[in-house]
Amino acid sequence: MRTYMTNVFRRRLLTGAAGVAGLGMLGTLGFAQSGERVIKVVAKKFDYTPATIELAKGETVVLELISMDVTMGFNAPDFHVRTDIVPGKTASVRLTADKTGKFEFYCDVFCGDGHEDMGGVIVVT
Amino acid sequence: MDKPIDRRNFMKLAGLGGVVFASGLAGCAHMAGSASDASNEDFFFVQLSDSHWGFEGDVNPDAKGTLKKAVAAVNSLEVQPDFIVFTGDLTHTTDDPRERRKRMGEFKEIVGALKVPTLYFMPGEHDASLDRGKAYQEFFGQTYYSFDHKGIHFVVIDNVSDPSASIGDEQLAWLAADLKPLADDARIVVFTHRPLFDLYPQWDWATRDGDKAVSLLMPYRNVTVFYGHIHQENHHMTGHIAHHSAKSLIFPLPAPGSQPKRLPLPWDAGQPYRGLGFREVTAKPVRAEYTLVEFPVQKG
Repeated sequence: MRTYMTNVFRRRLLTGAAGVAGLGMLGTLGFAQSGERVIKVVAKKFDYTPATIELAKGETVVLELISMDVTMGFNAPDFHVRTDIVPGKTASVRLTADKTGKFEFYCDVFCGDGHEDMGGVIVVT
Repeated sequence: MDKPIDRRNFMKLAGLGGVVFASGLAGCAHMAGSASDASNEDFFFVQLSDSHWGFEGDVNPDAKGTLKKAVAAVNSLEVQPDFIVFTGDLTHTTDDPRERRKRMGEFKEIVGALKVPTLYFMPGEHDASLDRGKAYQEFFGQTYYSFDHKGIHFVVIDNVSDPSASIGDEQLAWLAADLKPLADDARIVVFTHRPLFDLYPQWDWATRDGDKAVSLLMPYRNVTVFYGHIHQENHHMTGHIAHHSAKSLIFPLPAPGSQPKRLPLPWDAGQPYRGLGFREVTAKPVRAEYTLVEFPVQKG
């Protein structure tokens, strides 16, 4: 369990990195800022859990993604967010729900038969 | 396939249900680069794509027969093409390396029945992404290369051996060096598997660094791209560069973004093999024009 001080320390450390990474891709460390909701997403052949991510318009969240088997991708093109998900590591992306609607996300690293069906939806209300 | 498809029927098919699509820039006053070195005579080639040998499913109850029918259809052409190109996904993916090689061997044996001796291959992600092209190279050789034919410079780009759908810096450097000697009005045709532009990224119909390849091609005035991957025809321009995708030989996919999921279109028993087919491309190097005619797998 992270303490508030740890979060503040990490936030300071990562402020520069976030600016460099851009497009919401922020490396493999967990780094939710104060008040940001963290949503854990598990990827395995050939689905994500949860497959539906519900957000409120204007909300900024951090997705912490892990893979249970092989290297996967997470790509939500409507929010310009993507990352690789390497087994054994947590990949984190920050995403701001700046518009309402249903937006697809998908695996963009070919992972086998069923890869084409591996995706989910971000619902912003 | 009882009767050969003659040239007149080509055009009839095109007029009834196919497409004739002229691509490229017409009326160049002079030739340059490789275009001036060859006979520059008109010729044609055939594009086959996405046969997914090894696939099994309700969307094609004749999965073991469709590729063979396509081979027979090409063999029945009255005039045989100069060459045949397969734009990837020759086989359907499998996690089992032994099964992958078995499928590639079977595919190679089936297409070995083609009358045309000159065949060009490239991988799709189903062939190459799980082992970075290792098995593919054992059976088919290099995954990217170029060749010249009758005044046209053909370039094969591999955007699948990297499972993240990238061409990669090494291959892009090779592409830059390959293009460098060419005159800016050279006739260039690119074969690749995935679209080099963002056709519909939500369905993974893109190449992550495809824009870099397009940028390298952009200075050349006569460039046309033929690709596969999306299991349907699509015609798109990036600036002056035309991109033409081909039908599949296993199952058709829906138009980009036309439905929530990228699910194969169901088999229609009333119209078997609907949406499947292959393409003839007539190249006219002097005018830098390409005429496309689409053929069904089986005459209806």
